[in-house]
Amino acid sequence: MMRSWRRVRIALVAVAALALAGCGGATVGSSGSGTSGGSGPACGTVNLAINPWVGYEADAAVYSYVAKTKLNCNVVSKDLKEQVAWAGFGTGEVDLILENWGHPDLTKQYITDQKTAVDLGPTGNKGIIGWYVPPWLAQAHPDITDWTNLNKYADQFRTSESGDQGQLLDGDPSYVTNDNALVTNLGLNFKVVQGGSETALIQSFRQAEAQKQFFLAYFYEPQWFFEEMKLVKVNLPPFKEGCAAEGPGVACDYPAYDLNKIASAKWVAAGGPAVELAKKFQWTNDDQNAVARSIAVDKMSPEDAAKKWVDANPDKVNAWLPATS
Amino acid sequence: MATLAQPRARQWRISTSRGVVGVLLAWVVLWIPLHGINTLALASSELTPLHTWLNGLNEAVNANRSTSPFFLYVIDPIRLAIDALVRVIQGLISQPALGRPAPVLGWLGVVAVAGFLSWAFGNVKVGLLTVFGLLFIGLQGLWQEAMDTLALTLAAVLVSLLIGIPLGVWAGLSRRVERAITPGLDFMQTMPTFVYLAPLTLFFLIGPASATIATLIYAVPPVVRITAYGIRSVPATTIEATESLGSTRAQTLTKVLLPMSRRTIVLGINQTIMAALSMVTIAALIDAPGLGKTVIKALQTLDVGTAFNAGLAIVVLAIILDRVTTAAAARADVTRAPSPREHRRRQVLLAVGGVLTVVCMYLSYTYVWASTFPSTEIGIGSAITRFADTVTDWAQTNLSLITAGFKDGITRVVLDSVEALLVQSPWWLTTAAVLALAALLGGLRAVISGAICLALLIATGLWSDAMATLAATIVATAIVMVFGIVVGVWMGRSARADRVTRPVLDAAQVMPAFVYLVPFLALFAASRFTAIVAAIVFAAPVAIKIVADGIRTVPAVTVEAATSAGSSTWQLMTKVQLPMARSALTLATNQGLIYVLSMVVVGGLVGAGALGFDVVAGFSQGTLFGKGLAAGLAIVLLGIMLDRISQAAARRARDAR
Repeated sequence: MMRSWRRVRIALVAVAALALAGCGGATVGSSGSGTSGGSGPACGTVNLAINPWVGYEADAAVYSYVAKTKLNCNVVSKDLKEQVAWAGFGTGEVDLILENWGHPDLTKQYITDQKTAVDLGPTGNKGIIGWYVPPWLAQAHPDITDWTNLNKYADQFRTSESGDQGQLLDGDPSYVTNDNALVTNLGLNFKVVQGGSETALIQSFRQAEAQKQFFLAYFYEPQWFFEEMKLVKVNLPPFKEGCAAEGPGVACDYPAYDLNKIASAKWVAAGGPAVELAKKFQWTNDDQNAVARSIAVDKMSPEDAAKKWVDANPDKVNAWLPATS
Repeated sequence: MATLAQPRARQWRISTSRGVVGVLLAWVVLWIPLHGINTLALASSELTPLHTWLNGLNEAVNANRSTSPFFLYVIDPIRLAIDALVRVIQGLISQPALGRPAPVLGWLGVVAVAGFLSWAFGNVKVGLLTVFGLLFIGLQGLWQEAMDTLALTLAAVLVSLLIGIPLGVWAGLSRRVERAITPGLDFMQTMPTFVYLAPLTLFFLIGPASATIATLIYAVPPVVRITAYGIRSVPATTIEATESLGSTRAQTLTKVLLPMSRRTIVLGINQTIMAALSMVTIAALIDAPGLGKTVIKALQTLDVGTAFNAGLAIVVLAIILDRVTTAAAARADVTRAPSPREHRRRQVLLAVGGVLTVVCMYLSYTYVWASTFPSTEIGIGSAITRFADTVTDWAQTNLSLITAGFKDGITRVVLDSVEALLVQSPWWLTTAAVLALAALLGGLRAVISGAICLALLIATGLWSDAMATLAATIVATAIVMVFGIVVGVWMGRSARADRVTRPVLDAAQVMPAFVYLVPFLALFAASRFTAIVAAIVFAAPVAIKIVADGIRTVPAVTVEAATSAGSSTWQLMTKVQLPMARSALTLATNQGLIYVLSMVVVGGLVGAGALGFDVVAGFSQGTLFGKGLAAGLAIVLLGIMLDRISQAAARRARDAR
């Protein structure tokens, strides 16, 4: 009994000491860290969808940075897959998608039929889709970049997944592909294997380059991975208008995509500085790659990466801003 | 008795295994002339009318969501209630609340409260584990993310228990209810989350409600099942005794059934928490805040180190929650009343601890240093990140040639043959063979469930993909069982092996698959085998744990008798311990199968193709939504079919004994 009371007393003293010791330092909320009162006109809130790839994140980082620092907007980022993000236009939870790759089905559903979304024009980025080989392979066998020579090497491209044909690895199913039709129509002795994710493609390229393996895969630009490894594109028969861009008859390369911005119809109708910025936001593949490189390779935070690029490119940024300011 | 029954059981086993071998031989022989016809193959971009119809479903929801009364009066209130619950918990521990820039409880408060509760409901050991575990996460530099994850997990678990425990009690009291809800529970556990994640945001919008509901769909079944099991295993004589003493039904429930099954129910809660934590990364795809986002972002740049660091924080959270609930279950089980003196001492200590906790809470509410976890330079996060990077780099450069050869060998010899048999056989031949096997192993009931599932599989239009997935599942489960038996026996026989291995198994179960997919891709390329390896990592721990438990329950007397009769260790294992743990082995196989199936979609992300890829594609492209949904259904059907056949087989084996 006595012992335990002594212990209690010691504990109470300890508590008191702790409380006293703790009572130093800043208190929560005292340092006036509320919303930093801006001087410009009110801009409101933008609900910005962040689709899961680094190039998109580069777009979003720069847009957010400019909107926050130059226009005093409140930007709420939401990490979402494309389908979910588009559905957000209908439910009013998403205002803006900054980098859209085609998606004719979603365009029809939300822009044409439901009219909850509108096209805000191109981002200036050119989406290039095609078949790529690792750099060592293009160096060792320069003729491999011509599709007519692919069959000559088909045996070397064999894997446990493609049986006695060469393997063409496809990646994330989010992107458009006609590879099955292409392989058939071009008479290639290859089999399309579904890698299932961008991760699978990039890791396979790294491994193939490190171990000098034959490897052919579906890939796309702009993409941060090009900052790490300069993949070489295989030349398919060039794209011509009318060679059946999609569908079973296709026998030519993919067309270049103009990546575009999609926004909520209601948000655009309401107007405001954030909408104007979204409309004017345009840059090149090199611009995006520079920011993507900062994020993916140099491991900078998206904000720091955006600041670095904005500070280095005042002219481009000023062109997006209202002329008067 | 035992000596009489023995030969009959043996005879039954021999005749069954002869039958199985016969069916398989006949299948292979018939395959030779018949393969390649009636395979019901469907190209990856092709759709059936069913798939197109399912696409329309998605659009219909989309069109009606703002006008339909169902949305206004059913869905919206649910969404608002869950949103409110999550925001309250977030305001408490993770997000700015009450007009302040910080949550109500800062890190010091959370550590103190969690430590105190673990000690009060568990014991001193788990209390310390909680304190050090949480501090470890803080030092990893992930306090904020971990609290976001914890808030969402707690909300999902709370709602799960609110639904699950009453439902479980009801199912425990009535066989009919149990039979009615079991298919629903199977469905919730095996339907891949990717299938319903996008539609969920149409119903419950993008926000905490969708993430919580996605999590609870997966997390409710364990607590329902285990609670029902707990209620049911209260001895009938006890219930009769109380009823004969004049108790009402309500009294029997609250005074006898619930207290007596408390320990089992806590284990159910434990499993529900684990299931909820395993959804962290997937929920991040619809903007659920927390550690899952860190993993997904890191994966975009293949940053294994950062993903591993975040994954490790999830593992630490899981181990804390697991050990605390297990300790709480053990305390619930203690029937011995403590002496008055002990009781008093404990109360005094608890009171002191309580005061200390309140002081910490106050400090963390008021002062910045106790509110935001200090970001120190000695943070261990970067060290863990670098360590994980170094290990992966080393493995990728030095092991990949060996592992690639291994992959090619297994694929060619085992996987390709099983897949050829299943995929290239005409559908009617496969159906006949599967039903014959079901009849031999499980009897009439297994045949009926098998026939229904196979018919529905054909209706999904994805027969060929389903067979490819089934082939990979069979190979993966076989390997899982090899691990299960080898490691499980080792663990069951040695307490030290158990102590060393168990945390590793826990980690393998909770570590998000996304973390180890990158190194696996480097080691085994984008292939079906990589998917199998990922499934083994996830499923083997369960099988191992069940086998180890089975071995341990073999009575010590039996083991001693065998040893004194001169059995060698090998004889002891193969002739005594394994045969006596047979029911554990069948349970391990059953659970191994189900866990392997739950990794089918992850497999689709690394080159497995088939149903997993169909689901992934359906999640990414609107035009393939219907096909993805059908593929999800096909996975559920495969799961139910394998489960029913293996359970019927287990029952039969038990009855024959």
